[in-house]
This record gives sequence, structure tokens and C-alpha cells, in this order.
Amino acid sequence: MSNVSGNRSDDLLERVLPGSILCDMANDPVLTFTDKGIFCPAGGFYIDPWRPVDMALITHGHSDHARGGHNRYLATEAAMPVMRHRLGAIRGETLRFGDVRRIGGANVSFHPAGHLPGSAQIRVEVGGEVWVVSGDYKTEPDGLCEPFEPVRCHAFISECTFGLPVFNWTPQPEVMAQVNEWWAANAAAGRTSILGAYSLGKSQRILANVNPDIGPILTHGAVEATNRVLRGQGLSLPDTVWAGPDITAKTHPGALVIAPPSALNTPWAGRFTGASQAFASGWMAMRGVRRRRGLSQGFVLSDHADWAGLNWAIRATGAERVFVTHGYTQVFRRWLADQGYDAGIVETEYEGDEGETEDDIEVVE
Amino acid sequence: MIRFATLFDTLDRTTKTTVKVAALAAYFREAPEADRLWTIALLSGRRPKRAANSTELRTWAAEAAGIPLWLFEEAYPVVGDLSETIALVLPPPTGTSDLPLAAWIGSLIALIGQHADIRRRAILDAWDQLATNERFLYNKLITGGFRMGVSQGLMVRALSQATGHAETELAHRLMGDWTPATTDWAALIESADPAAEGARPYPFALATALDDPAALGEPAEWQAEWKWDGIRGQMIRRGETFALWSRGEELITDRFPDFAPLAQALPNGTVIDGEILAWDGNRPLPFARLQKRIGRLNVSRKLLAEAPAHLLAYDLLEEGGIDLRSLPLAERRARLEDLLNALPAGLPIGPSPAIGFADWEALARTRATARAEIAEGLMVKRLSSPYHVGRRRGDWWKWKLDPFTVDCVMLYAQSGSGRRANLFTDFTFAVQDGEALVPFTKAYSGLTDAEFNEITRWVRRNTLEKFGPVRRVPPELVFEIAFEGIQASPRHKSGIALRFPRMLRWRRDKPVTEIDTLDSLKALLARHS
Repeated sequence: MSNVSGNRSDDLLERVLPGSILCDMANDPVLTFTDKGIFCPAGGFYIDPWRPVDMALITHGHSDHARGGHNRYLATEAAMPVMRHRLGAIRGETLRFGDVRRIGGANVSFHPAGHLPGSAQIRVEVGGEVWVVSGDYKTEPDGLCEPFEPVRCHAFISECTFGLPVFNWTPQPEVMAQVNEWWAANAAAGRTSILGAYSLGKSQRILANVNPDIGPILTHGAVEATNRVLRGQGLSLPDTVWAGPDITAKTHPGALVIAPPSALNTPWAGRFTGASQAFASGWMAMRGVRRRRGLSQGFVLSDHADWAGLNWAIRATGAERVFVTHGYTQVFRRWLADQGYDAGIVETEYEGDEGETEDDIEVVE
Repeated sequence: MIRFATLFDTLDRTTKTTVKVAALAAYFREAPEADRLWTIALLSGRRPKRAANSTELRTWAAEAAGIPLWLFEEAYPVVGDLSETIALVLPPPTGTSDLPLAAWIGSLIALIGQHADIRRRAILDAWDQLATNERFLYNKLITGGFRMGVSQGLMVRALSQATGHAETELAHRLMGDWTPATTDWAALIESADPAAEGARPYPFALATALDDPAALGEPAEWQAEWKWDGIRGQMIRRGETFALWSRGEELITDRFPDFAPLAQALPNGTVIDGEILAWDGNRPLPFARLQKRIGRLNVSRKLLAEAPAHLLAYDLLEEGGIDLRSLPLAERRARLEDLLNALPAGLPIGPSPAIGFADWEALARTRATARAEIAEGLMVKRLSSPYHVGRRRGDWWKWKLDPFTVDCVMLYAQSGSGRRANLFTDFTFAVQDGEALVPFTKAYSGLTDAEFNEITRWVRRNTLEKFGPVRRVPPELVFEIAFEGIQASPRHKSGIALRFPRMLRWRRDKPVTEIDTLDSLKALLARHS
């Protein structure tokens, strides 16, 4: 399987010409919604498709957005290494943030979404009309990934995982102070601290912001593998030790262990006898969810925008048309319509089925 | 409020009873007396009168949050708790407050009956001084429904650790009709036993579910009775006091005027544990008949005539003012029968008959006939057992009938609330009726978290239509539903209603073509009504 990142874009243009004869650029919308995913008729490509297609533009490497089986991939330079790590040998090209690529009759560019390193919003311009697909995003800078940049557009397709007014995040420095305090208190009492965090994104965000002077930091294999990829592309993270079979509460007293949420309350976690377990997620804002997980502590830390963030981001695009997807879509659409937007819902299959993707349904194995 | 909120957070974050009891005991030692008293009151289901109703709270919260009311109403079912929804939507507070719990409650009580503008101003001000977790509790003080993950039993244990008084004594002291306004710490907890015990009931003895009676050993050491399907009650006559308590420690004397003649007929100093049933003159009526009376503060003459109440007595707890609870059941039973036999005829009370049996197999055959007797199954009690406080494993067992079951298919799924806010957990099921599928029941419990997760993913991928929070799905997933009873219901499309439906199993092995039919349910209804 050859790496085609050296291909010229003309090659792509040629491949989609037959399709572009069928489309009527004057009347077709810039993007349409199909059972394979979001499609650009003018460019002949899909964005984050969930069924195999010829050409897939990918916003970020979480498994519900970057799926296997597509013929060709296009993503940001910073997103591609994790995609290769997860999907194996794929035919992929990369673009830098802000660079414009002509594909068929569409101009395409990637812009920071602030969700995780390399995560992008995708801007598609056809005949002067601009649509933007947000992918997953958060508006608060996290000290790790490229901060979210609003992109002016006519139509904005926005996620709304936390699109209800009950989701209002506490600023990251306060949440990280809570994490440090919890870890320090556990370490002082001789307990291990196990913190559940998604292995791509949330784990590294915590690593980049936690106080590494409190004690040793151990990682679950899934987290460490992702750390290796991200360090390889130049990201700076504090030292971590893979918690292999020989590592226990005795070998690393007072450690912070970062593990995927599915590892909490399992035999894997059980070797850290007497550990305090916590989970970092936007869902921890709700007492009911916290209690269902049976955790002593929840930290409200999300890589998705909260209520204020969603509203701010949508306003900042200047878009008049907004399509919402993935989350409390019906309520959020009505709210946007009340605010004067031409608002619709897009059904997608972004759902986080691996327990790896961020802040969605939890998988209890 | 800060100390109380800290206590709540500690209790909320652990499932270990030792940690809970230690935290509560520390609170009972250290908190101001008025706060302690209110904490006991709240944990035993007592709360101040409402300073605002739910509609007012929603309206004011939406206003303070700068969102339309409809949006608040949409968020509420997702969070699943009004107090928490309000705490989460409000903007961050601009101030702080170190007022203690009792002072906050005092300020709420002072608002009762005030003009809406005054109450609104006061509550908005309070919200603006309280952190999110304190707001949640403040709202709970107004709306009631305090659950702190602490049973009354655990609270009593903590109180016992903090005060040195025996648990049984404390449990007894805390029952009845007191509020922090009518008593104080000394009178409630510390004083010598007040002369007027009055209407105070004893804590109910509870039974544990029985799987295999053979494990109980020698049949001669046990007494069996029907497990009636009514309302467990404790009837008290002490001097001029006549009281009827439900198992939830609710005083229900006035709901059952049928029992008024017993106020004089029972000997002074009598306490009886029994089951309140609707009665046809000789035997119980189905629970549905009694249910019509439950919840009505004033029972009409018509209802009284249609479903007269009757007490089938299980146990005698006090006789001639003497506490009999430490005597063996056999002795209490003999005294109960003597006492009831001595009463004049025609009163709405009688003994719940003891069922003789030679061996466990014979008893199992008797149990199989329970539905015909309008009973849920059997109670099996050790003849030598005292009347325990609460649930004490080993002496009292409930041996219920196996539930009815039906295989059916899921038609609709709805997301849950609270603990299950991001999962589809509430399902509507249908049975076959010729070519059609007829929805006939809902159920939302009985599956594991892993199963709910899997079904949630399936529902998301297979949604055919959305109606608000409800999704229509293809009729593909088959479930076995268990239920306790069935009755005709003109209000339901299927014409039937089930009692206590829940999911027994996800039948992945069963195709939709093999689910049960409406006819089979109607046949069941015909046999059991």
C-alpha cells in the first residue's frame, strides 16, 4: 500500500470530473446530507463519512469521524499521524491549517476546531458560497491544541453534544486545580489516583495541564500509544510511564494513572489497591451520570463547547443558516430558530461507539 | 449551608455505609443544634412547607438564566431533577453566604404566604449567594424529596454513634408527627421518654425474599401466612389516641374511616401489625379496588361502600401497654388470636390465618394457589422470632409467586432521566394482534448497564421517526416482560393494563414471529379477574 501524499491535487480533480457533469452547480447546495455522510456535489467528496467512499475529508481522528475503508483521505498534518496509527495504512494527503485546496468545483480549507491536536473545521466554498462543517469543537483554549477559530460562512453545520443551557463549563484552570488537589490529597493519604479520560485528546489535555511535581504519572496502554504518536509529531507532554503488568500501587506510590474510562472499575484498575477513581468528562456535570458510574469524584472537563460556547461560536460565523447534528439537536434547533436563524437538523452517525471518542455514550464493558 | 453541602457531597460520593455513617455522626456531633434537628427531619422525610411552587421556581430560574421557559422545560427531563436543573442553568453567583442550614430554612418558612414578588426577590437573592451544590440543596429544601443516599436506618445508626443512645430507642423517638417547629433537640433526642407516647408506632419488621424454603430446615419451626396484596399498616389504640400508620410511616387514620369503631373496641394499649385490604365481606378484593381509595384525602360514601377496608392482623406488638416485641412469634400469635376473639362480631378486623403445612413441598403447592386467594405469595416466619426492627435476615421471609411473563417486541424508545440521561431506557412494547402489533405496556428497568448501552447504540442507528424525546424503531428487539397482575383497562388501546411490568430478559434468541399475542393476554385476563 503506497503513501500517496505526494500526489498532485490535479489528480483528484480529474477523478471527480465525471460526477461533476451530473451536478448542477447553480442549484445544488454546497453540501448535501446522504446516507453515507455529508457530501459536496461540486467537489465529489464526503466529510467524515460513515460508509466507505472514494474521497473522505476528515475533521479529526476520533473513531466516529475517521472511519476505515475509504479510498482516499484528506486531513490536517497534525491529525494524520493518529489516523494512520488507528486505521493502519491508508491513502492519505494532508493540508496545513488555512491552506486552500481546489477539489472539483470546490475550494476546501481546514481551520482549527480546538477539540484535540490537529482537529479541524472544514470550510467548503463553491461559487462564492461558503459552508463550514464544525466537526467536534470547543471554544476554550486548552493549552494543548490549536485554539478554535471562527470562520465566516453562509451556512454552518455545528455539533451540539452539550446543546442545553444546563451545560456551563468551569474554566479549565479551576478544574485542573481541582484535579491537582484531588491527586495531592490521595498521594498524601497513600492512595493511587486513577483518572478516566479518553485516550485521544482528553488524556493529553490533562497531561499538558496537570502539576507533574505531585508524583509519578502512569498511563494505560491505549493512552501511552497515543502519547507516543503525538510526541512524535512534536507535542510536549510531561514524562509518563506505561503501567505494564509489573507496575502497582507499591512500585509507584501516590501516582496519577490516566486510563480510558472503560478501564475504570475493572481488574486492570484493581491492581492499584485502594485507589480513588475519577472521570473527566462534560457528562460529570450531571449528578445522575456521576452516580451511575459509581465514582467518588467527577471532573467536569469536556472537549466540546458548552452552551455559551456553542452560541458564541455560531454567532461568530455570521452564518444565517445553521444545521445542528450530534447531540440535543431538536431543542438546540428550536432555540436557534427562536434566535432568528434558518436552522435545521442533520442526522449523522457520529456517536462514539468505541468508548474512545469524546464525551458521548459510555461503554461499560 | 456550606457545612450541610459538604456533608451532602460526602454522602453522595460514596457507596460505603461506614463512610456515610461516620460523616453523619461527625455532623451530628459538630453542627449547630438547630441544623442537626433539621437534618434529622429532612432525612426522615419532614420538610418545611413550600415557599414557592414548582411553576414559580421554573419561571424564576428561566428568567434569571436568560432563557425562555420552554427551553428550561426541555432541559429538565434530561437532568431529571428540578432542583439540579435550576442549580445548573443559573449564572454563577455574585456573592457568598455562611448562613447555617436552619437559618436558610427559617428564611424560607418566613416567606410562606407572602406576595409572589417578595418570594421571588428573596429566592433570586438566595440563588445569587449560593454555589452550585448549595443551590441544589436550597432548591431541595423548597421542593422536598430529599434523598441523600442515607436510609432512615443509617441515619439512626449515625445518631446512635453521636449520642450514645440505642438505635431502637432512637428509631422509636423519631417516628410520628413531630417537626423541628414543634420540638427541640433535647425533647426529641435527649429527654427521658416523654409520658405521652401517644400515637407513636413501632418500626415495622421487614422480610427478605426467599428462594429455597428447604434451606430453612425443620418445617415445624415455622409459621406460614398469605402475603396479602394490600397496604401494610400498624394500628394503635392508647387511651384516647387511635392511629393507623402505613409502612412508609405516614399517618393514614383519616383515609380509613371504616376503622373508627376499633378506636373504642380495641383494648387500651394495643398495637397491631396487619394488612389493610378492600373486603367483600368474607375475603379480600383485588388491589385495584383498594388503589382507588389510596391518595384520596376524603373518601366518598360511594367508595366506602364499594371497597370497605378491613385489617387482617399479622402480629401483636403491644398489649395492655406492654411492649411484646421481644416475645417469640408463637406467643405473640396466641395473644393476638385471644385478643381478636374477645372482640364483638362485625368489626373490620380479623386474624390473617396461619397456614398449616407438613413439609416444604406441601407449602409450595399451597403457594401456587395464592392468586386465587388474592395473595402475592406466602410469608414464612420463624415461630421463635422476636419482632425485629427493620429488615433482619434469617427470621422473616417473603416467598412471592413467580411473576407472569410475556414475550413482546420494542416499538418505541425514550431516553431516561437523571442517572440515565444519555441512555435510551424507557421502552414501549407490543404484542401481535393478527397482522398488527398492538402496544400494551412500558417498562424501564431490569436490564444491565451494558445492555442499555448496547440498545442505546442500536436505537440511534435505527430510528425511524422522532416525536420529541421518543423514537420509533423497527420492531426487531424481543424482550421478556415480567409483571405481577393484569386488569382490564378501557384507557389503553390494548384493553389491558399490567401491574409492575419490568424487563426480565432481552431475548436475542427469539425472533419477532414468536412473540405472544393479544389473545393470549386477554385469556390471562379472563382467568385472573
